[in-house]
Amino acid sequence: MKPDGISGVKPEPSTNPWLSGLLIGIVGLYIALLLGIPVVNIFYQAFREGIPAFLQHLTERELLSALRLTVLTALVVVPLNTLFGLCAALALAHRRFPGRALLLSLIDLPFSISPVVAGLMLVLLFGRQGWLGSLLQAWKLRVVFAFPGIVLATAFITLPFVAREVLPVLEEAGTEEEEAAKTLGANSWQIFWRITLPNIRWGLLYGVILTNARAMGEFGAVAVVSGNIIGRTQTLPLFVEDAYRSYATGSAYAAAVVLSLLAVVTLVAKELLERGSPSRRIF
Amino acid sequence: MLALPLAALIAKSSSVGWAEFWRIATDPVALSAYEVTFVTALLAALVNGMMGTLTAWVLVRYAFPGRKLLEGLIDLPFALPTAVAGLTLATVYSSNGWIGSLLAPFGIRISFTRLGVGVAMLFISFPFVVRTVQPVLQELEQEVEEAAWSLGASRWQTFWRVVLPQILPAVLTGVALGFSRAVGEYGSIVIIASSIPFRDLIAAVLVIQRLEQYDYAGATVIGTAMLGISFLSLVVINLLQAWGSRHET
Repeated sequence: MKPDGISGVKPEPSTNPWLSGLLIGIVGLYIALLLGIPVVNIFYQAFREGIPAFLQHLTERELLSALRLTVLTALVVVPLNTLFGLCAALALAHRRFPGRALLLSLIDLPFSISPVVAGLMLVLLFGRQGWLGSLLQAWKLRVVFAFPGIVLATAFITLPFVAREVLPVLEEAGTEEEEAAKTLGANSWQIFWRITLPNIRWGLLYGVILTNARAMGEFGAVAVVSGNIIGRTQTLPLFVEDAYRSYATGSAYAAAVVLSLLAVVTLVAKELLERGSPSRRIF
Repeated sequence: MLALPLAALIAKSSSVGWAEFWRIATDPVALSAYEVTFVTALLAALVNGMMGTLTAWVLVRYAFPGRKLLEGLIDLPFALPTAVAGLTLATVYSSNGWIGSLLAPFGIRISFTRLGVGVAMLFISFPFVVRTVQPVLQELEQEVEEAAWSLGASRWQTFWRVVLPQILPAVLTGVALGFSRAVGEYGSIVIIASSIPFRDLIAAVLVIQRLEQYDYAGATVIGTAMLGISFLSLVVINLLQAWGSRHET
């Protein structure tokens, strides 16, 4: 439970104003150095040469094609992983069976594996010399260094988010309402639409938002499988690095602003969702 | 989707053969990359263990102007794509950047050195400790602290003897989560570091360099070594969480 607003603060009895001031100062300085100043810098650098220059960088052909690829990837991955996460959470909630713990930690695997290693695994599986490589070649399908590879890598990395958000909500909601609906003659489809889905909607939405943020921002795994071909398999985060390396700082920061807006939207949505359901768990 | 790629990695690394595996895994460049990665990640996680606990404390216990803003900024590293984080950190901490230029007169360079790797790791692992400690601190019963005070304990003794033992499992869980995230980080570090072997080359960048040279065996062996460490920290995190939930009851 996290009460919102100032009511969440538990004032310390007989607070020493010097000590509290010092501690707040230290924390404020640390966060400013690590998070605040770098964020302000993104917008400062992007608009330093004025808005027309920014717009010109923003409409470069390479940037737009990278943006298109990133949005397209998210459009494929987010529904896919929402469906998977929902199914996994429904299958795992309220049930105890042998291997459940193993399955749970397998779902969490992408959180603990380095994205680079995740990308490497996909290359070993789908690459030219990989296990499925010859099969794919026979069907004339390209996965590595092509769009399907980017989708697979992104889907792998963002797999846990929806399941991780929905599962605790399901566990907390219990099965009583669903059982009541069943005794009243509802079929399982009706139970899902009328009882389960409304119960988990905030957790589900939050999981979708996290999936989307990570899908659009993923770097390491995509860098390994995409081959980073400019205009073809270069996503927006890869474009940022590429532009920075070729000293096109203006373009790098124009793309960075787009990605930062995504982060802002994510954080605002999180804030709103937390207000909607106070018992929500943290990230 | 999950098990098959994992099997492919393990099969590939076992096809290399033991002697060869050991030779690649303990190659001097690889050894120094592990050292840079793991030692820097551990230091970053420990610094954030301290600063994150302090941040959670300040956010839970004090009311002050700007508290909401700080609270909102905490999750930024989760939401901001790592390439963007690397880009802006590299600029701000370079010797002519806003913060880097203040340190340059003292001969301290951050971007393109190992310190830069550390700053990037601090950035991405910051939210974990705050977000694991904050709820525990929120639920603490202050009567116990008040009892300690009324029995004559000083502020410091109260924190050390009463508060810290209760939040320690959460702090350590956050440190372990942050460490595991920092070890795997690639996007921000590849931008802020110069990736020179024996100086600031990390394991994840080494994997990519091997792949770019079509050295799949080399990349796989180093990837497997990293995977082993990930599993180890996963086990530690689970043990810590089990300890934490025992503590609650």
